[in-house]
Amino acid sequence: MTQGKVRVLVAKPGLDSHDRGAKVVARAYRDAGMEVVYTGLHQTPEEIVEAAIQEDVDVVALSILSGAHPTLVPRVAELLRERGVDDVLLLVGGIIPEEDVPALLEVGVARVFGPGSDLDEIVRFTLENVRRRGA
Amino acid sequence: MDLATRLLEGDRRALARAITLTENEDPAAAELAAAVFPHTGRARTVGVTGPPGAGKSTIVDGLVHLYRQQGRRVAVIAVDPTSPFTGGAILGDRIRMRRGTADPGVFIRSLATRGHLGGLSWHTGSVVRLLDAAGFDVVLIETVGAGQAEVEVMRYAETTIVVSVPGLGDEVQAIKAGILEIADVLVVNKADREGAEALARELEAMLRLGDPKPWTPPVVRTVATTDEGMADLLAAVEEHHRFLVESGRLEVWRREQLTTEVETLVGELAGRAACAWASETGAWGETMGEVTARRSDPRTAAAGLVGRFLSCRGAAVPGARLEEKPEGGEPDAVRTQ
Repeated sequence: MTQGKVRVLVAKPGLDSHDRGAKVVARAYRDAGMEVVYTGLHQTPEEIVEAAIQEDVDVVALSILSGAHPTLVPRVAELLRERGVDDVLLLVGGIIPEEDVPALLEVGVARVFGPGSDLDEIVRFTLENVRRRGA
Repeated sequence: MDLATRLLEGDRRALARAITLTENEDPAAAELAAAVFPHTGRARTVGVTGPPGAGKSTIVDGLVHLYRQQGRRVAVIAVDPTSPFTGGAILGDRIRMRRGTADPGVFIRSLATRGHLGGLSWHTGSVVRLLDAAGFDVVLIETVGAGQAEVEVMRYAETTIVVSVPGLGDEVQAIKAGILEIADVLVVNKADREGAEALARELEAMLRLGDPKPWTPPVVRTVATTDEGMADLLAAVEEHHRFLVESGRLEVWRREQLTTEVETLVGELAGRAACAWASETGAWGETMGEVTARRSDPRTAAAGLVGRFLSCRGAAVPGARLEEKPEGGEPDAVRTQ
């Protein structure tokens, strides 16, 4: 138990009305042995970043279906930086048009998983890229 | 600045990281625990337990809200179960704890049980102390959805709230030993549902059975989703706290809690040391050979090992440090080989 578990915050910013995709991903992370903090629908970027800090997660996975990603994702990334959280892996999933992906990567997102993404690939990418932290 | 100093100054990231180190049994955690210990003993602890879906998280959210109105700083430890198959966990208590999320006077941490039974995490006591040292006035501890035996919360909470809901069974459930017995305050949540009043009366009747005690747990009716009855619940918790202080029981409870903790740790350290010694010397394999061949029963075998360990090693206890949990040195690991 000296090696810590990977902790993931699965969060849904904005006004999406359902969270099926987020739950499926949360479940896949759990089945891969990770501890998944799930915060439910309608979170503000401020709430998400505060939860990420309190829960001391290694990964923040945002799920957005509403099309509001061009404003929500940069805001989360900016708040993480403002609060000095520079060691989390930031991932985005949901309905993200291909042409919007570069801008998200630009603000610090490690990868964007669109509709039809392979769950095994999401888990593999997360495990390979999570920054193992010392004291 | 070191982690302990930052934590004592109320730095939330330092506190969060300190909890992670503690959960991971990182070597730095022992130092940290030692550094903050003199600054603990101030926070009040309130436990919330009850069956899955009874409304524990919603009740915690309501209590956080009320404590904040009084200007008190509140921390929450919310425990959810770890999967026994994958070691993963979904920690979902935050979904119902929305009012405190952006409030600097509130700190919520979700913990997984990581194989610990009893309704809490292995390190609940240590995490309570970190939150206490960081300056929180109240620490609320929410257990996993509990059945009849998850009574460990009473070891860490000065006041234990047991949440019940209508529709779970007949009145015999109410007089069973265990979880209802540990209640300092009983809550009948979802009190707007059919059967709630009957349940509340059954619980009250159950409490009147037997000899009168210095403290009789009140039965509070709540509808946590609308905050109905929540002020009454807080008043009941406050009343219990006054009772503990005025009767001198709080001091006794705190002393007993520390005694139990030291006793538990002595058992744990000694056990780990003995297992490590047995692995190193080959005594483990030898003993297990006897047990698997059914020539020696587990208890006799264990007693024999401990006896040999004590006579061989005297006061030296290699592998006794908490962070060292030798792979294969523990019965479970050996059994699966």
